[in-house]
Amino acid sequence: MAYAFISLLAGLVFGLGLLLSGMANPQKVLGFLDIAGTWDPSLAFVMAGAIAIGVIAFRTAGSRQLTLLGREFRLPSKSDIDSRLVIGSVLFGAGWGLAGFCPGPGLVAMGAGQQKALVFVLAMLAGMAVFELLEKTLTRR
Amino acid sequence: MFDVAWSQFTPWTALSGGALIGAAAALLLLFNGRIAGISGILGGLFTATARDIPWRAAFIGGLILAPLIWRVMTDLPPIKIAAGYPTIIIAGLLVGIGTRYGSGCTSGHGVCGISRFSPRSLVATATFMAAGFATVYVVRHLFGGA
Repeated sequence: MAYAFISLLAGLVFGLGLLLSGMANPQKVLGFLDIAGTWDPSLAFVMAGAIAIGVIAFRTAGSRQLTLLGREFRLPSKSDIDSRLVIGSVLFGAGWGLAGFCPGPGLVAMGAGQQKALVFVLAMLAGMAVFELLEKTLTRR
Repeated sequence: MFDVAWSQFTPWTALSGGALIGAAAALLLLFNGRIAGISGILGGLFTATARDIPWRAAFIGGLILAPLIWRVMTDLPPIKIAAGYPTIIIAGLLVGIGTRYGSGCTSGHGVCGISRFSPRSLVATATFMAAGFATVYVVRHLFGGA
């Protein structure tokens, strides 16, 4: 119960941060990605603010055996830089640059009642479903 | 070299919004031991076990509810989406497939991964940023469809 509640709270705070920072506004995101036009560097400050807190959090986590709720830490174990990582990131970056949405801001803008964000989220879910299908068919061989 | 759009530059809200994002990631990490990677939390729902569904759904629910909480306090900030529906659909598909194939997005690789100094996430972040810059350059400056 506490586990799900913390998740809800983290999602809420994350969403409020996306709104406050301007990340939830595709116009702002594209202004940042347009380095050849009139460039808006604001979103670099979003990353800086988030990473400053994040570094402290991960350092704290590293000094603990269990979480504050007595759970195991479930951190990614992969360390190889492979073609999947790079190709996936290229596809993601291209989609991000086309519409100005990455996953979180798409969900937040959908919650704000933006119809285009709803369509984006549905297409994103379809993309994720395609990925799962491909994974299943490829690993079954 | 850079022509900075000073009139649109909002360093303080960006920095404080970023700090909130970092605080959210800290909450999920220090209490639940999980990485706040949004594409992973959402995409994981496709294959999640029954026990694994509630926290994922709750996190996504929190993101969707955030604008409603915001609206209780004050007016929502502008959300301007210039892309048309066909572009939105292609973008969504690319983001969906790409984030799952590359195991992460702006939150998982960009915020959490860099915060834990993961070389994998550094490469992913540099790659999707470069692809984002290149895409906007092609769309706005080569085809001129700003």
